[in-house]
Amino acid sequence: MVSGIIGTLVLGTITVLSYFTAWQYFFTDGKVDGAYRAITGFNHVWLTLTESLHIDLGVLLDPISVMMLLVVSTISLMVHIYSLGYMKGEDGFYRYYAFLSLFTFSMLGLVVATNIFQMYIFWELVGASSYLLIGFYYKKPSAVAASKKAFIVTRFADLGFLIGILILSFFTGTFDFAALTNPSGQVLGSIAGTSFIGLSVLSWSMILIFMGGAGKSAMFPLHIWLPDAMEGPTPVSALIHAATMVVAGVYLVARMFPVYAIWAPESLAIIAFVGAFTSLFAAVIACTQTDIKRILAYSTISQIGYMMLALGVAGYGGEAGSGFTASMFHLTTHAMFKALLFLGAGSIIHAVHSNEMGDMGSLRKYMPVTAITFLIACLSISGIPPFAGFFSKDEILAAAYTSQPIYFWVEWFVAGLTAFYMFRLYFGVFWGKKTEYKHKPKEAPLSMTIPLIVLAIGAAAAGFIPFGDFVSSDGLAHEASFHWNIASLSILIALAGLALAAWLYLRESSRPEKVAAGFKGFYTAAYHKFYFDELYLFITKKIVFELISQPLAWFDRHIVDGFMNLIGRMIYRFAVAVKRFQSGQMQQYAFVFVSGVVVLALIILIWWT
Amino acid sequence: MISNIPALHFLIVGSLMFFIGVYGFLTRKNIIAMLLSAELMINAVAFNFAILNRYVFPVHLEGYFFSLFIIAVAAADAAVAIAIIINIYRNFDTIEVEEVDDMKY
Repeated sequence: MVSGIIGTLVLGTITVLSYFTAWQYFFTDGKVDGAYRAITGFNHVWLTLTESLHIDLGVLLDPISVMMLLVVSTISLMVHIYSLGYMKGEDGFYRYYAFLSLFTFSMLGLVVATNIFQMYIFWELVGASSYLLIGFYYKKPSAVAASKKAFIVTRFADLGFLIGILILSFFTGTFDFAALTNPSGQVLGSIAGTSFIGLSVLSWSMILIFMGGAGKSAMFPLHIWLPDAMEGPTPVSALIHAATMVVAGVYLVARMFPVYAIWAPESLAIIAFVGAFTSLFAAVIACTQTDIKRILAYSTISQIGYMMLALGVAGYGGEAGSGFTASMFHLTTHAMFKALLFLGAGSIIHAVHSNEMGDMGSLRKYMPVTAITFLIACLSISGIPPFAGFFSKDEILAAAYTSQPIYFWVEWFVAGLTAFYMFRLYFGVFWGKKTEYKHKPKEAPLSMTIPLIVLAIGAAAAGFIPFGDFVSSDGLAHEASFHWNIASLSILIALAGLALAAWLYLRESSRPEKVAAGFKGFYTAAYHKFYFDELYLFITKKIVFELISQPLAWFDRHIVDGFMNLIGRMIYRFAVAVKRFQSGQMQQYAFVFVSGVVVLALIILIWWT
Repeated sequence: MISNIPALHFLIVGSLMFFIGVYGFLTRKNIIAMLLSAELMINAVAFNFAILNRYVFPVHLEGYFFSLFIIAVAAADAAVAIAIIINIYRNFDTIEVEEVDDMKY
């Protein structure tokens, strides 16, 4: 218990300091001539590679890093407090808090990175702490498998990230964000001219860097690890796999945004496409899952798809930059309501001891606080005014509409799906069938309900923050215009999704089965996540293992090792042969000695006579 | 009277003693027998010293002194060898030289 309290108190201090920093930055020090500038707190040269290329460690403050500081420290504090109740009495309580603090440290380091290599270092650290926390219940084989999967998939993506960094730094000679993202910067001019297979080298490196972001943010086709990562403790899912770490990919793209927007618009188009496709794809799967944490995981993937899309359709500065603001806005509100959803789910699991929706129903009578906060989160993510999600989602839709209307219609449809699957979850858990419970579910303890209430306030009210004043692509304040026609369309479809979910799940009925039967093939495919796990298993097990790895292993074992063994064996044989001479038998030595003398004597006799 | 016997005869006896000693040292497996053979070789050498002194430098005495030294050394070395053999017997219950190979390799 002590470790938890120490961790929570320290994090409380960090949170207070973050808020103080934000206050200072946004209202006192940050603004010069109406534009927010980047402040480098300190920058220590850590490792010198060449004359000009060195890896620094430092603190960079600009609107998005300050915003992320607030999000990370707030959510992390809530999760620390919540875990005091949730993890009470678990084995490895100390280990849990150690890992949680390691994660928070790494995430804060990532957020304030002054250069892309520092970001990469902390990027790997959050990956490592995520691995440790997913595999927290290391006695469960599924948790171990999930942690390995998460680590391998994100490592694979990070390989792209590293290659991207190396290409970029090779051509520009710097890792520093300030030099790279300077919109009038000279460092990128030369590299943008060099082309390779139809795209400039810069675009290639930015696509590779995005690959790292896509792996961390579970974008299609690297999304497969996130649903499995739900094997970890639920507060961890809330912190790492919903609110903070998985949006690191979005943050990375936002951090490099001037480079994307000005020098590599092709890669931005790819980001937009990947984001839109992922959000649709994951939303469809979320509609069919029955494990409540998996539903939330797919919902997370879908919402991050929104953020990526918003970045993808944005441009640099002014009205075109509204997508950037919208993305960051959605990141903040999403952190609030998705952390709330996960913590709510944790409180449900804590009470019911099951992850399956089938084991739940009518829980609102037993757990009123969880039910109400969960409802607020659902309304928020579905985009019902005046909750936070409505404002950020509306801005994303508006940005998509002004840039590429096709994406607007896709995301509009996804908004409906979002409302549908969230309320399917809400009605299925808190309303629906009367379930007889073996142990009567109780409302969670105070340490768990307080974070729920705090986050519920955030999820309800965060939408009223004039976000454009603080965060924009070029640092100038940007007034988000409110689009009534788009807003009314999105409210309409959100209500339609809500109504459909209510019709199907509010009371127990046979309607869901009938609807599922109506879309039989499609439903089964979506239920099995469109067979992506199977596809990857097929590729890795059947193709990579059998056709590449096994022949290579054979070659290594029989040819390379065989050659070495041959040398060793020959030397051994030689040694055995030589060994016979040294028998340890004195008489043998004496015999050799005497025969030698006799032979010498004979030679001397023959020569001299 | 001894002067009637030519030196060659004595040398033949000395050589025979020496090579019997060599043969015994190489073929006996019993350590005591090997010690005896070694003593035989030593005595052959001492014998040769005495004979050669008598025939080559009759006025000098160095050869006789060497013989005496060799006898003294041989006595000391027999004592040391017997002590070693007794210890070997205590440790191995045998004095067969081929059985005593614990330190090999």
